[in-house]
Amino acid sequence: MATAPRFWRQNPSRYNLIGIKCNSCGKNYFPPRAICPVCHRKSVGKIEPLKFKGEGAIFSFSEVHEGIDEKATLKPYLVAMVELDEGPKITGQVIDCDACDLKIGARVRTVLRKLSEEGSAGVIHYGYKFVPVRDKKE
Amino acid sequence: MRRVAVIGVGDTKFGELWDASFRDIGIRAGLAAVEDAKISAEMIDAVFVGNMSAGRFIEQEHIGALIADYAGLARDHIPATRVEAAGASGGLALRQGFMAVASGLHDIVVVGGAEKMMDVSDIASSMIQSSASDQEWETELGATFASLHALIARRHMHEYGTTREQLADVAVKNHKNGSLNPKAQFQREINRDVVLRSPLVADPLRVFDCSPSSDGAAAVVLCPLDDAKKYVETPVEIIGSGQASDTLALHHRRDILTMDATRIAAKKAFKRAGLEQKDVQLAEVHDNFTISEILAIEDLGFFKKGEGGKATEDGRTALDGEIAINTSGGLKARGDPIGATGLAQAVEVVTQLRGVAGKRQVKDASVGLTHNVGGTGATVIVHIFRRS
Ligand SMILES: [Zn+2]
Repeated sequence: MATAPRFWRQNPSRYNLIGIKCNSCGKNYFPPRAICPVCHRKSVGKIEPLKFKGEGAIFSFSEVHEGIDEKATLKPYLVAMVELDEGPKITGQVIDCDACDLKIGARVRTVLRKLSEEGSAGVIHYGYKFVPVRDKKE
Repeated sequence: MRRVAVIGVGDTKFGELWDASFRDIGIRAGLAAVEDAKISAEMIDAVFVGNMSAGRFIEQEHIGALIADYAGLARDHIPATRVEAAGASGGLALRQGFMAVASGLHDIVVVGGAEKMMDVSDIASSMIQSSASDQEWETELGATFASLHALIARRHMHEYGTTREQLADVAVKNHKNGSLNPKAQFQREINRDVVLRSPLVADPLRVFDCSPSSDGAAAVVLCPLDDAKKYVETPVEIIGSGQASDTLALHHRRDILTMDATRIAAKKAFKRAGLEQKDVQLAEVHDNFTISEILAIEDLGFFKKGEGGKATEDGRTALDGEIAINTSGGLKARGDPIGATGLAQAVEVVTQLRGVAGKRQVKDASVGLTHNVGGTGATVIVHIFRRS
């Protein structure tokens, strides 16, 4: 898992969903990039930060049974690729949801949650996870 | 540019080779290739070694010099270069060797690939493998390497109607081919039920949808085509070589169901070869997961997008099908010692084109292709070979 400094560097984007908008072509990107892959040099000086709303739809998902560490393997968890309303796709865990009610196209929003801990007494890492957006009727 | 031939091939058995060290297996494959080419060690001008992560698997870096040293070449002081592109390390090493000979810089080049994965725990091994994807924006957020392929599989099923059974058919075919290959890690045939009843790894993918961890090594010897007949009766020419890259993270791709790097690397290789897909009789493709083979046969242009699963189910990719896919057993059954895989693919294609593949021989094979992928598709290497 990530060392603390590497994680801290990602904090502004991870916590606040800050990406970028390229004002040359109008495309949005998450996480931030220095150069627009469409416009290349034309994007220099035309990139500005953009705060994403954190809402989108499930593009694909998987219930993970063999996690990357011992803890994760004890209990299956959901991972999804989500297409944000502003355009980019991101990957993360889905919580507060059973695999059986998750569908491609289902609406989700991001929440800030604990991602991992570094050792037993270590630094706790936070980042985004997804929760289902329930119908207002419910 | 000079034309380039393969004049020697060598490989080890793949699997848990617990009694052999990294350097043992590397040298075993290299020596076998040199013996096969009937050259002597002092004729070697340069060595390239494909290896993904010896630093994390066996805590040893500086693999190029290490392999040259234990091959007995230290006193010859030849250039020895390690090449890394995750799962495509072996294919990329082959391309470096190809370019070195084609350019005229070197005449006789040995290209090897090796990985020793079984000295670490399963969990350590999967952490190392996941470093081929985007650590900061995929792995740390909970995505395992298998789960990224599961996202592709589920979406492929959603968009194209690919079935769970068709994914299983990839594994069934590759195990069948592996049962005919004495070097394969798994030599037991399986049926659909075995795949469908195996434990879930990342839904919808199960244990039998995933290639194993393996120890193993493979190597080839290259020289200019014009010199090749001096060494061997049946040189095999590398008539096309293509390499392409794409975003590291899967979620940034134009389309997660199309590996653009495969399309572009294949286009370059076919253009250079002056051939079309219909001219190819067999291909070793990067089936690290069953869904990966379906994407590969579509993106290489052998089948239309969305029809790879059906083509597999219908036996069109079997040994006696219209194009034989993964005659060695593929990564699934032959095994997947990461850095060795791209070279093992080349060894299989050369063996087939020489007509000495035994029970798994494809009839009248004259042109074969290899397709080697790094990560979820951020690096792809394609080579096309023809019997000379
Ligand atoms: Zn732009």
